[in-house]
Amino acid sequence: MSSEPLLRLDGVGKAFGGNIVLNRLSFSVEPGEIVGLVGPNGSGKTTAINLISGVHRADAGTIRFQGRPVQGLAPFRLAHLGINRTFQVPKPFREMGVRENIEVAAHFGGARGMDADAVLAEIDLAGHAAIMAGGLTVNQQKMLDLGRALATDPKLLLIDEIGAGLNPSELGAIANLLQRLAQRGIALIVVEHLLDFLNRITNRVIVLGAGRMLFEGTLKAASENPDVVAAFIGG
Amino acid sequence: MRDRGAWPGIVVVVLLAVVFLILPHVYGNQSLLFQMMTFVVLTQGLNLLYGFTGYLPFGYVGFFGAGAYATSLLVLHTDLPVIACVIGGGIGSIVIAIILGPLLRLSGAYFSIANLAASQIMFFVVSNGNLSKITGGPYGLKIDRVYAPEASYLTMLAILLLATGLAAYFRASRFGLGLRAMTQDPVSAAMAGIDVVRQRVLVWLASAGIAGLAGGTYAWNLSVFYPDAVFTLQISVFAIVFALFGGVGTVIGPIIGAASLYLLYNGIGISFPQGFELLYGALIVLLVLFLPNGVSSLLTRRGVRVF
Repeated sequence: MSSEPLLRLDGVGKAFGGNIVLNRLSFSVEPGEIVGLVGPNGSGKTTAINLISGVHRADAGTIRFQGRPVQGLAPFRLAHLGINRTFQVPKPFREMGVRENIEVAAHFGGARGMDADAVLAEIDLAGHAAIMAGGLTVNQQKMLDLGRALATDPKLLLIDEIGAGLNPSELGAIANLLQRLAQRGIALIVVEHLLDFLNRITNRVIVLGAGRMLFEGTLKAASENPDVVAAFIGG
Repeated sequence: MRDRGAWPGIVVVVLLAVVFLILPHVYGNQSLLFQMMTFVVLTQGLNLLYGFTGYLPFGYVGFFGAGAYATSLLVLHTDLPVIACVIGGGIGSIVIAIILGPLLRLSGAYFSIANLAASQIMFFVVSNGNLSKITGGPYGLKIDRVYAPEASYLTMLAILLLATGLAAYFRASRFGLGLRAMTQDPVSAAMAGIDVVRQRVLVWLASAGIAGLAGGTYAWNLSVFYPDAVFTLQISVFAIVFALFGGVGTVIGPIIGAASLYLLYNGIGISFPQGFELLYGALIVLLVLFLPNGVSSLLTRRGVRVF
């Protein structure tokens, strides 16, 4: 297991009808690493996250987590194994209290003994613990998504555009939080359009274009890669 | 908040038991009390599914009818004690629910309509003249050799307590917390680690089982019945209206809704049936317009947490 990365995708593909959204995607992620996933709209970033988290099923290729194939497992089983995620459009349990949202995941997520208050403090919602999740702002709901994922004690976190719509100081706080999580050994795959934000927290990005992996390396190198530039700007 | 534990449920169950044990001594028409209990059971059974998973079973009566027939056939063809036959009715309905399990892949109105169709299929199969030798066809079944109004009354009471106990469990337990979460967002619930399909199927089977037990006991109490008596859509509609009137997703809402509207039905429906239909129609319209979450929401709005 020591030689095996935490997550390894091998030739993963997905098509919706005749529309190929991911084509032979292969990469791996190590514990404690923050990997950025970037690409123009429709390049397959969210689909990649949906496949890894079990929301959709890959048509081709293998996804291994801690060395064992996990494609086709139900999302709740993946959550128990330690894969969790946030959503681009946050999906809290709107008519439940903020604290209850966390408690559900702490109870069912396979991480007994997870302290809901510690999670609430981490995502900066301790002061809103008693109100209904539907009453939070969208940004707070994104944090609650993250908190729900953390309450399952994940080893791999998939973060889908958490930064959109945040001001610079909020972005800074999230960047710090994600880095703290990585330092604890949690691997993160972060989908993001905000390149400054990514540049700050990642040492490696994967660039997708029309369902294919165009580039893997540092963000700075990516910006100098002709394929990447063509995919973003056209050329 | 949720940590009040089992006490509210125990209180409601004990109160129901006391009320329905005393009522026959105060009020002579035990048959009416039995019918009322039957509707409280069906309303609570429907609430288990609709109130806690959001699936509205328009064909709920199908499980009631299936239980009535399964129980009666067991009485006619085996030497089992009647109680065992009633339990067999519950199991029969659960078997039907397993067969109909794939319906849960549908959602919203599609589920309701498919479930309605399923109940009608059962009705037409059972009442088909070509099956007269088995189901009695359009003439129904007769199990009058086991007729026992007292025993069947007590059995229905036991089922009422069971259904209410289940609702209380769904309301107060961690299992119920999971149900609430998955009703609001099944994808997030799965990511929170909840086995959404398993929980939903368990509730579906429990809800069907309650209707089956009630159907079996109802057949026992009547002892002679036509297929329409246990498959009429009116039973589904009553259970749905009663549940909505009281407030779904709570324990006492369906009990209050079913008991009060059933009494109203008997008060007006028998002396002045046309007036009853009018009143019922108006009630449904007013309910949808002003109290979509039932009368219990009058309290909820004021910050009272209805159990």
